[in-house]
Amino acid sequence: MRPDRLLALLLVFAPLSLLTIGGGQSAISEYHRQVVAQYHWISEQLFLYDFAISRLAPGPGSLLVTLIGWQVAGWPGALVASIAIFLPSSILLYGLAKVWARYHGRPFLRAIERGLAPVAAGLILSASLTLLEASRGGWLAWVVAAGSTLALILTRVSPFMVIGVGALIFLATT
Amino acid sequence: MVARIGLTSFGGGVSGWMMRVVVHEKRWMTEAEFLTGLALCQVFPGINVLNLAIWLGHKLHGGKGALAGALAMLVPPGIVLLLLALVFTDLTQYGWVSRALDGVAAAAIGLGAQMGVRAAQRAATALLPIVIMVATFVAIGLLRWPLVPVVLVMAPLGIALAAWRERRNAA
Repeated sequence: MRPDRLLALLLVFAPLSLLTIGGGQSAISEYHRQVVAQYHWISEQLFLYDFAISRLAPGPGSLLVTLIGWQVAGWPGALVASIAIFLPSSILLYGLAKVWARYHGRPFLRAIERGLAPVAAGLILSASLTLLEASRGGWLAWVVAAGSTLALILTRVSPFMVIGVGALIFLATT
Repeated sequence: MVARIGLTSFGGGVSGWMMRVVVHEKRWMTEAEFLTGLALCQVFPGINVLNLAIWLGHKLHGGKGALAGALAMLVPPGIVLLLLALVFTDLTQYGWVSRALDGVAAAAIGLGAQMGVRAAQRAATALLPIVIMVATFVAIGLLRWPLVPVVLVMAPLGIALAAWRERRNAA
């Protein structure tokens, strides 16, 4: 076990817990920046695999962080990374849940919601760019990503179907 | 119940499904109550579905319910994910498996991009929100700046701007 790595995992992910606005997708660029570019804990390729596997698995996509923690420092790493990314925001939410009924619909909450929306959108779009740049698929990755984006916006096709087709297209063009 | 949703939810659309179970099938709360909670979970930081599980647990069974909701949403899928990763890490030595995973990643990037496009459409209500959105994208996506300082600047800016617009519209 590497206590220094556990501490580093905690310090990387805990602050992000409270800054993940607009859902787990919005922090992916930052995970990549820290885990791959800064600490060199895992390779660009493994990061992309982790992303792919976390989308294949059931449950919240942010379990990606659990997987990264596991690869960095084994089971203790998985536990520490999960606690760091999930606990702070959960405590905040639990505290707010108790008083929420009183404040719901107030103007300042509308301001928070509307004010954070463009930041969240910028973060989510950044995640796509970061992952595309990490991808080894070259132009094909861009085409498949663009195709899947369009299919999901324009049709009611299931995300699972889109992912399956993506895998098949890559296999067919090997 | 939440464990079932955690384990059977893929790639999003979870909140709509949760609403169907909680409101329409089990009748644990009204649709209005549910939507109030959903708003809470989406405004504040954290993973939306996890927030929702905590909020639902709290609403139905207090503190213990919140804890149960959070654990049910995270632990079973977390274990499945790690087992899946164990299997795949071995399998990536086969060229076709790693190729297929590259394809999965590319398609899943589209999944995220689609969410981004929808979020952008909702956020682009006026020039200044668009400026904030583009600035965030340039800082994080293109320049790869650290997220913490960028969000600590952009989030208050966005909120202040939205508050100012609300007041101006009210006046």
